Amino acid sequence: MILARLVLKSLRQHLLSTAVTAGATALATGLLLAVWMVRDQAQAAFTGMSGGVDAVLGARGSKLQLVLNSLFHVDTSPGNLKWEDYEEIARHPAVALALPIAVGDNYRGFRIVGTLPEKLAELEWTSGQRLTVRPPGRMFEPTLREAVVGSFAAAKLGLKRGDVFQPYHGLNYTPQSHQHEEEYVVVGILAPSNTPADRVIWIPLQGLQKMGGHDPAAADEISAVLLKFKADSPLTARQLDSLYNKQGNRLTFAWPIAQVVAQLFDRLAWLDRVLALVAYLVVAIAAGSILASIYNSMNERRREIAILRALGARRRTVFGAVVLESAAIAGIGAMIGFAVYAAVFGIAGSILRTQTGVVLDPLAWHPVLVLAPLGIVALGALAGVVPAWKAYRTEVADNLTPHS
Amino acid sequence: MLLLEVADLKKSFTAPDGIRRTIIDIPHFAVEARQQVALKGESGSGKTTFLNLLAGILRPDAGHIRLAGSDVARLSESARDRLRATTVGYIFQTFNLLQGHTCLENVLLGMAFGPGEDRARAVALLERVGLRDHLAHRPRQLSTGQQQRVAVARALANRPQLVLADEPTGNLDHASAREALRLIRETCRENGAALLLVSHDRDVLGEFEGVHDFAGLNRAVNDRP
Repeated sequence: MILARLVLKSLRQHLLSTAVTAGATALATGLLLAVWMVRDQAQAAFTGMSGGVDAVLGARGSKLQLVLNSLFHVDTSPGNLKWEDYEEIARHPAVALALPIAVGDNYRGFRIVGTLPEKLAELEWTSGQRLTVRPPGRMFEPTLREAVVGSFAAAKLGLKRGDVFQPYHGLNYTPQSHQHEEEYVVVGILAPSNTPADRVIWIPLQGLQKMGGHDPAAADEISAVLLKFKADSPLTARQLDSLYNKQGNRLTFAWPIAQVVAQLFDRLAWLDRVLALVAYLVVAIAAGSILASIYNSMNERRREIAILRALGARRRTVFGAVVLESAAIAGIGAMIGFAVYAAVFGIAGSILRTQTGVVLDPLAWHPVLVLAPLGIVALGALAGVVPAWKAYRTEVADNLTPHS
Repeated sequence: MLLLEVADLKKSFTAPDGIRRTIIDIPHFAVEARQQVALKGESGSGKTTFLNLLAGILRPDAGHIRLAGSDVARLSESARDRLRATTVGYIFQTFNLLQGHTCLENVLLGMAFGPGEDRARAVALLERVGLRDHLAHRPRQLSTGQQQRVAVARALANRPQLVLADEPTGNLDHASAREALRLIRETCRENGAALLLVSHDRDVLGEFEGVHDFAGLNRAVNDRP
C-alpha cells in the first residue's frame, strides 16, 4: 500500500518523463506484438489457405510462382498447359477434384479467373469451407457471359447483382489498358470467405479462353489445375511428383502446397529478422529510457529518499519503490502498447488483405499477447534495479541538510 | 525513569583532507522520560550528528546509546529503522516535508513506516497544530510557520517516547519561533514524549529549565585545533 502510494506520487511528480518513457515502451510493445502476430497469422493463413487443395499442376517453372498465381492470385502466371493435360490429370483415379483455371484479364485491378462453375462450387478453400453465393444470387452459367464477384472485390469495385462490366486485358490495370468488348453480367456476389477468392471475379472458363483479342491458338489452354486427391491415395502425389517433375520437363507439379508456401516465408525470413531486430531494439531503447529517466532523477530524489529513511523507511522499501515505479512505467507502456499494436496490426492487416485477400484477426489468441507485456514489465523492473541500487545506497545524514 | 542514556559515545569522520577527525566524544548524557531538555551550541559543533546518532541514522564508532530499553548502537540497521519509526520523532530545521504530498499525507506517511496509518489521529494532530483547514494543502502552499507545524504533527504521529528537534525555529521569525516552540513543548507534553531540542538561539534556550552546553558535553569540541 505504502509502496503503491509512493510510486503513484512519484509518477505524478515526474509526469513528463513518465509519459515519454511509457510512450517509448508502448511503441516497443506494440511493434513487438504486431511483428509477432502478423508473422504468425500470415504464415498460418497462407499455409492453412491450401487446406482444400493438395497440389497445383501448371506450366514448367517455379512451384512458388505457380502456387502464388493460381491459389493466391498474386504474381504472374508461369505459362499455360493444354486442355488435354487437364483431362489426363482429371481422369486419374486418385484425383477427387480437378479445377481448371485460366487467368489473363482483370477488371480495374481485380483479377478475372475463368473456371468451371460446378467444380468451383465443390472446391474447399480451407478445410470444410466452400464458396457460397449470397442469396438471391447464383453461380454463373458455363456458357453465358456471366460473373460471380468475390465479396472484397465487389465492395471495392461497387459491383452488385445485375451490373455489367467489360474486362481489361492483362493481369494489371492501367488507365491505358485495353478494354475488351465483351460485357459480363454480375449474377452473384460471393459470401465473404476471408480467402483470396474474395478478391477475384469468376467467369466461365470458355469466356476467358475465347475473349476477343486473346490468341486463338491458346483458346484450348488453361493456366493451372488445382487438385484435391482422394483420401485413400497416399502414394499418388509422390508418384505424380516424380512423373511431372522428374521424368517430364513440360509441366510443374507443385506439391505439397504448405511446403511450397513455406518457401515464400523462407525468402521473406530476412525481412522477418529485420523487423524482429527493430522491435527488440525498440524494446531495449525503451528499457534504457526508463533506466535513464529514473536514474537521472535520483539526484533530485536523494533528499526525498533521505526523508523517507529518517521517517523509518527501510533500505529495501526505497529499493522496492524504485523498482516498482520502473515496472509501473513499463506496465503503463505495455497497456498503451495494445493500442499501438491495434494500429500497426490494422495497417499491416489492411495491406495484406488488399494484396492477397487474407484476413488477419488482431484478437486471435496467442500466448505472446500475455508473455510480451509481462516480459516488458519484467524488463522494466530490471531496468529499475540500477537506480534502485542508487536509492538503496543513499546516505541519510548527508542528505538531510543543513547540519548544526 | 531514565529514557535515554549515552555513554562513551564516539563518532569520527574522514575530512576532505584525508585526516580522520573525531566529531563526537560524549562520556555521559541522559534524558528522563517526559523530560524536556535543550542543548546549546554553535553551528558546526556536531549537534546534528549527535541527534542523528540518537535517532539511529548514524552508527557510532564506540559507546552506548540506551533508548527505551534498546542499545541503539548495537542494533542492526533495519532495527534502527524500526526504532526511528516507532520510538523517535524528528523535527528538522528545514522541516523536510515531502513536497509532492499533502499535509495529511505527510503525517500519514510518517505513520506508514511505524504502527500503521491512523487517519483519525493524523487529522486530530493537524487540527491540534492549527491546520484543520489545510489538510489537503501541499507544503509549498503553506507559510514557513505552517510547514513547521506539519513537521511537528508528523514527528508526534507515532506516539514517540523521544522527540528530537534540530534548530526547529532556525527558519522562523521571532514571533513564529516563540509560537512554534510553545507548540512543540505543549504537544510533546500532551503526548507523553520527552523532548531534546538543540539550538543556538538564546531566546529559545531561555524557555528551558534544563539547558546543557554541548561544548561541555562533547569533548571533541574542545579538542579541535
